[in-house]
Amino acid sequence: MPIKSYLAHPHQGKKSELINELTALAHCEVIPAENKDLLILVTDTDSKDQEENLRAQLDAISSIKLLAMVSGFNASKN
Amino acid sequence: MYTSILSNRRSFIKKMAVLSAMTAAATMFPGILFADEQERGLPKGGNLDWKKAPCRFCGVGCGVLVGIEDGKAVAVKGDPKSPVNKGLCCVKGYHSVMAMYGKDRLTHPLVKKNGKYVKTSMKEALDLIASKMTTTIREHGKDSVSIYGSGQWTIPDGYVASKLFKGCIGTNNVEANARLCMASAVTGFLTSFGIDEPMGCYEDIDHADVFILWGNNMAEMHPVLFSRLLDQRLKRGVKIIDFATRTTRTSMAADKSILFKPNTDLAVANAICYEIINKGWVNKDFVESHCNFSKGSTNMGYGLEDNYSFKDKPEKINFEEYKAFLEDYAPEKVEKISGVSAKDIKYMAAYYGDPNKKIMSLWCMGMNQHTRGTWINNLVYNIHLLTGKISTPGNSPFSLTGQPSACGTVREVGTLTHKLPHGVVMNADHRAHAAKIWNVPVENIDPKPTYHTVEMFRALDRGEIKFMWIQVTNPMVTMPKLKRYRDATKKEGRFIVVSDIYPTPTTDIADVILPSAMWVEREGMYGNSERRTQYFEQMVQPPGEAMSDTWQLIEVAKRMGFEKQFYYKEETHIEEIYNEYRLHHEGKKHAMAPLEVLKAEPGAQWPYVDGKSTQWRFNSKYDPACSNGEEFDFYGNKDGKAIIWQRPYEPAPEEPDNEYDFWLCTGRVIEHWHTGSMTRRIPVLHKAMPHAYVELHPEDAKRMQIRTGDAVKLTTRRGTMNFPASVNERGIPVKGQVFVPFFDENLLINDLTLDAFCPISKQPDYKKCAVKVEKA
Repeated sequence: MPIKSYLAHPHQGKKSELINELTALAHCEVIPAENKDLLILVTDTDSKDQEENLRAQLDAISSIKLLAMVSGFNASKN
Repeated sequence: MYTSILSNRRSFIKKMAVLSAMTAAATMFPGILFADEQERGLPKGGNLDWKKAPCRFCGVGCGVLVGIEDGKAVAVKGDPKSPVNKGLCCVKGYHSVMAMYGKDRLTHPLVKKNGKYVKTSMKEALDLIASKMTTTIREHGKDSVSIYGSGQWTIPDGYVASKLFKGCIGTNNVEANARLCMASAVTGFLTSFGIDEPMGCYEDIDHADVFILWGNNMAEMHPVLFSRLLDQRLKRGVKIIDFATRTTRTSMAADKSILFKPNTDLAVANAICYEIINKGWVNKDFVESHCNFSKGSTNMGYGLEDNYSFKDKPEKINFEEYKAFLEDYAPEKVEKISGVSAKDIKYMAAYYGDPNKKIMSLWCMGMNQHTRGTWINNLVYNIHLLTGKISTPGNSPFSLTGQPSACGTVREVGTLTHKLPHGVVMNADHRAHAAKIWNVPVENIDPKPTYHTVEMFRALDRGEIKFMWIQVTNPMVTMPKLKRYRDATKKEGRFIVVSDIYPTPTTDIADVILPSAMWVEREGMYGNSERRTQYFEQMVQPPGEAMSDTWQLIEVAKRMGFEKQFYYKEETHIEEIYNEYRLHHEGKKHAMAPLEVLKAEPGAQWPYVDGKSTQWRFNSKYDPACSNGEEFDFYGNKDGKAIIWQRPYEPAPEEPDNEYDFWLCTGRVIEHWHTGSMTRRIPVLHKAMPHAYVELHPEDAKRMQIRTGDAVKLTTRRGTMNFPASVNERGIPVKGQVFVPFFDENLLINDLTLDAFCPISKQPDYKKCAVKVEKA
């Protein structure tokens, strides 16, 4: 199942809000940049359904201005 | 605790995903910091001590902060105070401390006895080296011993090597691997300006409007600097033009990619000059006041034969003669030679010619590893001189280097056969100056250079050199036409000492292997591409008996009877050496900053005069060495004028023919530092790029029914090897060319390359020879 990394650009002034919203989601790790309005998001899901579900949750986050996928690795868990 | 391979693999992949994102973020936002991630995994509540150093790897010279805990270097982050990288790090720099802790690190000397390496003490090994050198000199003369060093030598390493061999022993058998990477840049500077190293600095990037990259894959080889270019594009809309023989990540990120046939950059550069003159874009005032015109010898060969020698015969010409010479290089004519459309040649010329555009030309191995490397350097300077776009902020022809101290050590200390720390061995005043500081009789310094690198290994093969000490470099991976030189080292009566940190194909041919201290395991300085000297302190202890290359040389020198010259104390020797070295460069043209400045600041740029670095040389507004009362003073030449050279296009020594119908080009990859001896010990980098490959153009691959992963047989006049194919992956060579990286010691592409070199710089051309390509 895929491990993906994204660059998440928050709307102006919404960086903290975006960090909180992404951190609250399962299968997500967030690495905020210290000095720029940008976050790295790494997702690690177990199944296709989980992946699609997560994608829907990400799409619903209003503080995200742009979510750009940087890498996607298919990695078997078993 | 047991951890499964699968979970390790998943964790590795996750790390790769994070790294990919960080690299992408750094490309978009130079200087971006992810300190949380960088510090993750470190012991919580630990007492981490961050200390500054220049990065161990490329010639950009990024400032890094090394995190030390419990006597171990555990983390690296970019130094936000460094004006070079402004807090940014590339993947190699970010992982650099891991290179110190590979499991097969050399920790004790090994001496070959009856064909087997036997562990010995450092004292015994140094005794043996000193005794072997003394005996060899006594039996075969001083020119039978040699040292081959590196652009990764620290300044003190190179300085004591030069002092021992040139000053004390009296042989000019001192060379360094920088001969293989930037000698053409040196001779380019010397012939055009009479003095080495760039006139500008990295701050030019913040002022230029246009960047033309001459065969320079900056996105992968100098990623931090390239991100500064991309940053300027985001902020100011600057233009980036990639002029190359291979489509790379740089081409993809550039505003325009222009491809040319190998070796025809000479013709295109002349065509740009033609266009500048014919369109009336010459800066006449600048040229009349500050330039002369010359031509040199042509058809001078390629150094393929042993004992080849060449001396250029410069002849002054005038502007009209130069203009007439360029008639052969009208863009429409050059289009046929180079494959570059006349429109694209005029496009580049127009940027150079536009008086309202500031322009940087950047290059590295593409122009320097070239059998006419000096010429192509001259020709790019011609473009900048004709338009007067030089030595001012943003107008800068800039030769980048590949190693952390190719400039600081090899070029400035002068660890090449003809060089001294100040000047050249051929000059009596320079010899006297060096002898006085070295405290040796002036007669000790031989006025005649001996062997440049390729010829030094040929001399080893012929038996003229019997003893060679190799430090901080891996010539049994990097020498062109490698088999000849590998076989040479195995001949009877040769004695090879290799100082390194890991086993390599070069330690494999050693009679004595000395374990070296690496980077921050000792104290030292590097000098980067923009004349910036940077200091680093010893932060951790080296493993076992590993010792700095500096101290190894000092110990041997003392054993050979040179205690008077090598008076340094172990605890203060770096300071003593640096202070002595500074004496060579006294004066406004090359003064070096005091050590206390280097310790306090993120480096200083020479000439360092009245407490200030010099950013732009030859411009009286910035450079205190200018003394002619004019705006510019090219003081490397006696009349203060730079030279515009008439240099023709000539073909490469070995071009594709019916039998060997492709060009072979070699180079580097972003993950690995040169021969991979350090980066292949960093798991994340090794796994990301585990082996070499051969890139083909997709149309060539389709015609030959070759797909990615298929075995491809490469045959040159030197040998045959198989490589896995790479099609439409990282890079795409021009049609009729293949590209192979040289980092892989298990797939030594240099067994196939040619040892032709530029007759002026003696730098080999690793970018062009003829190869037959077949599906294996």
